[in-house]
Amino acid sequence: MNILNKISCSLLLTLIGAAGVAGEAYAQSAVEISRGHELFINRGCYLCHGTVGQGGIAGPHLVPDTLPAEAFLAFVRRPPSEMPPFSEKIMSDAELHAVHAYLSSLPKSPTADSIKLLPKPVGK
Amino acid sequence: METKNSGRRGFLKGALAAGAATMAATPGESAAQAAAKAPATAAPPSSRTIAAETMGVHSVHDDELTGHVHNPGSDFMVDVLKAASIKYVAVMTASSNRGFQESIVNYGGNKAPEMIVCCHEEAAAGIAHGYAKMSGKPMACMVHGNVGLQHASMAIYNAWCDRVPMMVIAGNTADATKRRPGVEWFHTSVDQAAMVRDFVKFDDAPVSLQHYAESFMRAMSAATTPPMEPVLIVADGELQEVPAENRAALRIPKPVSVSPPEGDARAVAEAAKILLAAKNPLIVVDRAARSQEGVDLLVKLAESLNAPVIDLRARMNFPTTHYLNQSSLQRKYIAAADVILALEVGDLWGLVNSVSDTPGRPSKGLIKAETRVISISVNYLLAKSNYGDIQRYQAADLALAADAQATLPSLIEALKREASAPQSAAIAARKQPMQAAFAAMREAARNDATRGWDASPVSTARLCQEVWAQIKNEKWALVSQPQFQSYWPHRLWDITEYRQFIGHSGGFGIGYGLPAAAGAALACKDEGRLAVNIQSDGDLLMVPSVLWTLAHHKIPLLNIMHNNRAWHQETMHLQRMGTRRERDPESWRHGTLIEAPYVDYAMMAKSMGVWAEGPISDPALLGPAIQRALAVVKSGLPALIDVVTQPR
Ligand code: HEC
Repeated sequence: MNILNKISCSLLLTLIGAAGVAGEAYAQSAVEISRGHELFINRGCYLCHGTVGQGGIAGPHLVPDTLPAEAFLAFVRRPPSEMPPFSEKIMSDAELHAVHAYLSSLPKSPTADSIKLLPKPVGK
Repeated sequence: METKNSGRRGFLKGALAAGAATMAATPGESAAQAAAKAPATAAPPSSRTIAAETMGVHSVHDDELTGHVHNPGSDFMVDVLKAASIKYVAVMTASSNRGFQESIVNYGGNKAPEMIVCCHEEAAAGIAHGYAKMSGKPMACMVHGNVGLQHASMAIYNAWCDRVPMMVIAGNTADATKRRPGVEWFHTSVDQAAMVRDFVKFDDAPVSLQHYAESFMRAMSAATTPPMEPVLIVADGELQEVPAENRAALRIPKPVSVSPPEGDARAVAEAAKILLAAKNPLIVVDRAARSQEGVDLLVKLAESLNAPVIDLRARMNFPTTHYLNQSSLQRKYIAAADVILALEVGDLWGLVNSVSDTPGRPSKGLIKAETRVISISVNYLLAKSNYGDIQRYQAADLALAADAQATLPSLIEALKREASAPQSAAIAARKQPMQAAFAAMREAARNDATRGWDASPVSTARLCQEVWAQIKNEKWALVSQPQFQSYWPHRLWDITEYRQFIGHSGGFGIGYGLPAAAGAALACKDEGRLAVNIQSDGDLLMVPSVLWTLAHHKIPLLNIMHNNRAWHQETMHLQRMGTRRERDPESWRHGTLIEAPYVDYAMMAKSMGVWAEGPISDPALLGPAIQRALAVVKSGLPALIDVVTQPR
C-alpha cells in the first residue's frame, strides 16, 4: 500500500468518527468513502488535483464546492479540455460515485485569516 | 612575479644538474661538455641560467634532462583566468587538465580562481550556471576531454537556453603523437567542441599560449554580451604541460565589457506611440531584467503606462508586491490586450497561442486579430537553429533586435515625451482598477493556499509558507525554480529584489536544481545572503554528489526537499496515455514513482557531511525543523530537510 493511502486513511477515519454517524449507513458510507479515496489515489486523480482535491498548477481544486454527483460524472467522462477522459471501460459509475463520496466527505479548510502563515499582503 | 623565484629555482637546479650531467648527455655531446655547460657547484645562478629562465629560451633542455618542467604553459593559463577576474573554477578532476589544476593550486595559490571540487561534470557546469545568475559574473568550469564534456553537455545546454554566460574549459591533446596509447586516445578528439557547438556562442582550440590568451578574452566578451551564452575554450594538454616559450613576450589582452545593443531610436519612438494609443496595453517580461537596475526600470515603465505586467519568471523581473504585477491573470490579460509589449520573451508564439495536449494537438490563437505585438529581444541576434530553444516562429508587428534592459531608458523617455494630455489621463485612470485587481489576485492566492493546509503529505503551499515565515526578515534568495510548487513563492511571497530569485533552468534539463542552487549559494555566501533551495527529489537523484561539494566547501544553503516520491511530471503524462488508450488506469506508476524503496534523503545528505532531518510528512513538525536547519545554515554550513509532499 502506498504511504499516501495510509496517511490520508487515518485522517479519514478520524473525520468519520468525529461526524458521529452511527449504524449501517455509517458503515456503508465509510466503506464507500474509503474505497473512493483509494480510487482517487490509484487511478491517478490526485496526480493533478492533490490527495485531498486541493488543486494546484496541474488541475483545479475539487474540494470544497465539489460538483454535484451527476455533473461530476458527466465531467469526468467527457472533460472539455486538458483533463484526460475516463471511460466506463476503465472506471465504472459506481467507482466514480465512490470518488465523489470521498471528495464530499472532506472537511473545509481553515480560512486564510485564521492561518498565521498566510498574512494579508501589503501591496505597493 | 617570476624573477625572484627563478633565482632560487635556478640555484637548486644548478646543484641537481651538476650531478645529472655526469650521467646523462645529449646525443653527440660528451659528459664533460655537458658538465661544463652546467654550473659545477650550487653557486648562485649564472647569467646564462637567469637569462634562460626569464627569457624563455631557457631550461627546456635542462628540464628534459632532469625530468623537471618549469614555467609550464598552464601557469600562464592561470594568469589569463586571473586577468579575466574569474573567481571560481568548478572542477571535476581529470588527467587532461592535470597541468592546469596543478597550476591553479601551486602557481595561483588556489585563490581567484579557487577550485570548487565537483564529483560530476554536470554538477560543475550547473554550479557555474547558478553562480552567474546570482553574481552577474561568469564562472569557469573545467571538464575532461570527451567524456567530461559529454557529462557536462546537458548543463551547458540549460545555460544556453537560459542565456547565461559560462567559461567552459575542456581538456584535449591535439597532437596525436603526444598521446599515450589507450585512454588518452579515448579522451581526445579532432574537434573537441563539436559535441556542444550548437549550444555555445563561441569556441576555440588554441595552439599557442598567445592564442589561448586572446581566445579566452574574446570568448569572455562573447559570453557576457547579450545574448549571453556559454563559451568553450580547449586547454590543450601539451600546451598546459610544456614550458611557456618566451613568457615575457606573451601578452594578455585586458577584459572588455561590451555595451549591449540598444533599440533603434526610431523604432523605440514608434513603440512608445503604439503603447500610448492602446486601451489595454500589456507588458510581458521573461528575461527582461539583468540586474536590480532592470527591475527598477521595468517598474518605471509599467507605472508610466499603468499597464499590467505578466512575469514569465525566467528571471526576477518585477516585484510581486507591485499592484501592476498581475502574473496569475495571464490568460485574461492576453485575451483582452490590444497591444502587447514582449520584453525578452523566449517563446513569443507560445505567449499568444496554445496547443492542447489532446489527440491531434489542436492549437488556437489567444489574442484578437487586431492585437499588435511589439517584441524587444536579443534573441533576434542569435543565429543557431538546430535546437528547439528557438521555439515556433511568431511574427511581431514591431520587432527590435536589442537588449530590453538597455532599451528601457529610451523607451520610458519616449513615453514621457510622446504622451498627449488625454492619453496621460487615460493612463492615470487605470491605476485604481489595477490596484483592485491586484488585491483580489493576492487574496485569491491566500484562499487557494488554505486548501489542503493541514494535509499529509504536506501541501506545497504549506511548505512554501513555512519557509517564508522564517526567512522573510533575512536578506534572502530563492535559488530554485518554483513551477513544481505551483508557483506559491511568486503568488504569496514578497519578492522585490533582483537577487531574491534566479529564474528557472532554461532548458528544463533535470539535474539543474541542486547544482545551480549550490552555485547561486556560493555567490550568496560572498554577499552574506541566505540562500534557500526548494529541491525536487527526482532532480536531486541526478547529481546528489553536489551535497558533498556543499559540505566540502562549507557553502551555506538551506535545502528543503519537495519530495513527492516521483518524477511527477511523468506520472501525469503516463496517466494521460493509459487513460486515453483505455488501458490499465493504474499503470502510470510504473517507471514514474520513486518507491520500493523510498529514498532516505536525510541519510543521503548526512553521508556526505550535510546536516539533515526527515522525512517529515506531518506539516506541524515542519516549522521547528526549518528553525533548526536555519541555525545550521547561519553558522555557515549547508542543511537539508526531507519533506514528504503533495505532488504539486
Ligand atoms: C492529467 C491531469 C488530470 C487528471 C489525472 C485528472 N484530472 Fe480532473 N481536471 C484536470 C484539469 C486540467 C481540469 C480542468 C478542466 C480541464 O482542463 O479539462 C480538471 C477538472 C476536473 C473536474 C471539474 C472541476 C470543476 O469544478 O469544474 C473534475 C470533477 C475532475 N477534474 C475530476 C477528476 C477525477 C475524478 C479524476 C480521476 C478519475 C481526475 N479528475 C483526473 C486534470 C486532471
